[in-house]
Amino acid sequence: MISLTSPVEIWSHRLPAGLKLAALSLATLLLFSTDNPVLLGGAVVAVAGLYGTGGAVFFRQGLRNLRVLWPFLLLIALWHGATGQMAAGLVVALRLLGALALANFVTMTTRLSDMVDVLTVLLTPFRRLGLSTRALELSIALVIRFAPTIADKGKLLSLSWRARSPRRPGWRIVVPMAALAIDDAEHVAEALRARGGLEQPRRP
Amino acid sequence: MERNITLIALFAALIAALGLIPKLTLAFGVPITAQSMGIMLCGTVLGARRGALAVLLLLALVALGLPLLAGGRGGLGVFAGPTVGFLIGWPVAAFVTGFIVERWRTGPLALVASVASVIGGIGAMYLFGVVGMAILLDKTLIEALMLVTIFLPGDVIKAVLAGMITAALARSRPSSVLSRS
Repeated sequence: MISLTSPVEIWSHRLPAGLKLAALSLATLLLFSTDNPVLLGGAVVAVAGLYGTGGAVFFRQGLRNLRVLWPFLLLIALWHGATGQMAAGLVVALRLLGALALANFVTMTTRLSDMVDVLTVLLTPFRRLGLSTRALELSIALVIRFAPTIADKGKLLSLSWRARSPRRPGWRIVVPMAALAIDDAEHVAEALRARGGLEQPRRP
Repeated sequence: MERNITLIALFAALIAALGLIPKLTLAFGVPITAQSMGIMLCGTVLGARRGALAVLLLLALVALGLPLLAGGRGGLGVFAGPTVGFLIGWPVAAFVTGFIVERWRTGPLALVASVASVIGGIGAMYLFGVVGMAILLDKTLIEALMLVTIFLPGDVIKAVLAGMITAALARSRPSSVLSRS
């Protein structure tokens, strides 16, 4: 499955994921603790500079990842333009832009496996308490494995619908999609039980 | 045990797959995706606890950097964006929806599941979503609510469809509709 990690390797890929996540949390906290447009503007410029160190291709990819924010920025501009509170609007827009871009930066420069490692470390206290985290680890693998499979089945269902009807399939294919997902779940559960199930191996 | 885990994981995968269905556009130009219907289905089919866990599992994978949200979105950025309240509301929505279906056992399942989806999938989800938007966009709650009302008709349609789909699944896979077993 495609992940959102950037194919362009930059320096930040080599930093420990835990450090990047801690820095991101701290930076986001700071962004939300100030109402000063100059500070926020400076933060956005700094984040843009961070993207700039990755080169032109990386920078453009970063811009594309921000496209979800445009409707909201437009909305803020219209709203605050109409009510005449441009300074307040600028603060909201800069803060959103900075926080979102910084979070995307961490996602773009951290491999999925490194993120999973951080999650495993964060779950250590639960294992110390004797709780099994195998269920979680297994379910993560199952989702990564089955999300594309179910999507493919959905595509096949909509193709066969089109072969039979001139109308669009729409929501009607959701019933067979969900039924197939349920069937897959039953089969995988059976296969897991046949291989000894999720119980930890017993020590003699 | 194994069955619970695989159903939770496969429903998380189903929500992701529903995000890939091309979105319908309502008459007045508001796009709706099938993904929030997936949240409702998690509650109506898996029940409160398992439904909420399936949604949490999906959100965990999104945070890890997988593009599982509608339109290929994902990563930590979605948790810093203005719609983060809706994401926080998702597991609650699935829980409330499932809770109602589990408790309200009289009446036809399609109706019960539709009403539960309206209360959980719309009521609970918008509660969190609107509060989140009000905070992040620096608006009052009423203003934030006005901003999302255009999505309400689409979500009501999805709630009714979720009810019908749940009833259809209860007929074709009766033992797997855990909210009623």
